[in-house]
Amino acid sequence: MLDKLVLYLDYPFVRYALIAGTLISLCSSLLGVTLVLRRFSFIGDGLSHVAFGAMAVSAVVGLTNDMPLTLVITTAAAVLLLRTGGKTKIKGDAAVAMISVGSLAIGYLIMNIFAKSSNLSGDVCSTLFGSTSILTLTDIEVWLCVGLSVVTVAAFVFFYNRIFAVTFDENFASSAGTKTGAVNLTVAVIVAVVIVLAMNLVGSLLISALVIFPALSAMRVFRSFRGVTICSAALSVGCSVTGILASVLFGTPVGSTIVAVDIVVFAAFYLISLVKGGRKS
Amino acid sequence: MALIKCENLSLGYDGKAIVENLSFEVSAGDYLCIVGENGSGKSTLMKTLLGLQRPLGGTIERGDGLQKNETGYLPQQTVVQKDFPASVKEVVLSGCQGRLGLRPFYSKSDKALAVENMEKMGITALADRCYRELSGGQQQRVLLARALCATEKLLLLDEPVSGLDPKVTAEMYSLIESLNKSGVAVIMISHDISAAVKYASHILHIGKTVFYGTKAEYQKSSYALMFEEGGDGNA
Ligand SMILES: Nc1ncnc2c1ncn2[C@@H]1O[C@H](COP(=O)(O)OP(=O)(O)OP(=O)(O)O)[C@@H](O)[C@H]1O
Ligand SMILES: [Mg+2]
Repeated sequence: MLDKLVLYLDYPFVRYALIAGTLISLCSSLLGVTLVLRRFSFIGDGLSHVAFGAMAVSAVVGLTNDMPLTLVITTAAAVLLLRTGGKTKIKGDAAVAMISVGSLAIGYLIMNIFAKSSNLSGDVCSTLFGSTSILTLTDIEVWLCVGLSVVTVAAFVFFYNRIFAVTFDENFASSAGTKTGAVNLTVAVIVAVVIVLAMNLVGSLLISALVIFPALSAMRVFRSFRGVTICSAALSVGCSVTGILASVLFGTPVGSTIVAVDIVVFAAFYLISLVKGGRKS
Repeated sequence: MALIKCENLSLGYDGKAIVENLSFEVSAGDYLCIVGENGSGKSTLMKTLLGLQRPLGGTIERGDGLQKNETGYLPQQTVVQKDFPASVKEVVLSGCQGRLGLRPFYSKSDKALAVENMEKMGITALADRCYRELSGGQQQRVLLARALCATEKLLLLDEPVSGLDPKVTAEMYSLIESLNKSGVAVIMISHDISAAVKYASHILHIGKTVFYGTKAEYQKSSYALMFEEGGDGNA
């Protein structure tokens, strides 16, 4: 099996997939804790559907590279959703549900009406579950992916202390002079970028898993914000690399294999926390 | 000039006033207690002083070189989610966020300040514990240490002793008293009139009618009597 692996690693598409997969899963894990704690995990879900709709539109318009348009639309939706999250009369979750289901339906409709390819259900399936897109990345897409990941990680590191402060206690943060609006906006933009990136890796239906599982696993065992953040980043990267390699070896779909690894790790961490907790009390 | 001076302040939500015509001031070294019934607008006043919401009318002036981000705040209820992973150290250090400016990370002096304030509050031993696993009294101390990191001038405490047992309550009061003696002005919301009268220098009573004055004036007035006799407060 090792020989087979070494053989595969000689193919550039496998190496591209590993590079992109590592970066994407690193980015997607960073905000997991914040999103889970602020009960924003549903926003990731909603946004991924928006991204699906946007991708459908750019496919119909005939763009060769659909990432830029998808990025713009998803970012706009993220800003809108996070801003309305607490304040509007339409409750936050209802608004998310409306937008997300709406874009899913419209996206599928558009793809159906204007479809150029004969393999429509295959196209839809690969956008939703990302069956192979990570293995078919072009040079440009890989570089775009690297660039966006670097910017995302840099933004997260720069805002790390403020993100913690605003997540922990928004009132105190703004009384201390932190621009909570700006921090929330940054979070929204990072989430949008992460989702567009992650669509390539696991497809739009499985993105939430990539964002949430590593954070939830880490929260089982670690007790400080920094510990959880670092642990979930490491878990996320480890699971994705394992998942990509496994899917190349066994010919399984990439996205669902990664998520399956995430689930196994979550189960393991859950057990660890039970054992630790049991000993204490 | 006073640290904070409010004139004809009216407060409320969505344009509807809850309290009107509030005028008072707090100078360096003062200890102002805000009393009043549940729902009379005490927390609302504090949020307005902090700039978390706008006053419906009137003015709030800051003096004595008090910057907007130089008030330490202890919220009435910090609804920290059940699963929030945050160590005591991280929470206390987040009190320094007003000093960050454009820097992404806390400096050595910020960290030293956090350590110093944890010592003052007697929570050094808890530094690496998880915040949400502490008892109520311990959590209050952590939040007070965080507030101290934000200021050397003015503390705003919203019911700092609610939910604490008598022993811890007494400890908390004497901590606050010693902070006040060391020069920090304190604005504290409390339902505990006897403590208010014992520790405060000034009292602000919010209700259908408003009283503001020194402790001595308050004790002579009819407000204190009504409140203490457990009548309908300011009916
Ligand atoms: N976010 C809000 N939107 C609208 N009305 C509010 C809001 N928060 C509080 N109120 C109302 O404002 C009034 C004053 O509330 P506030 O929290 O200031 O009272 P309080 O004096 O602090 O009471 P307590 O002693 O119970 O803490 C209450 O009638 C309350 O219903
Ligand atoms: Mg209150």
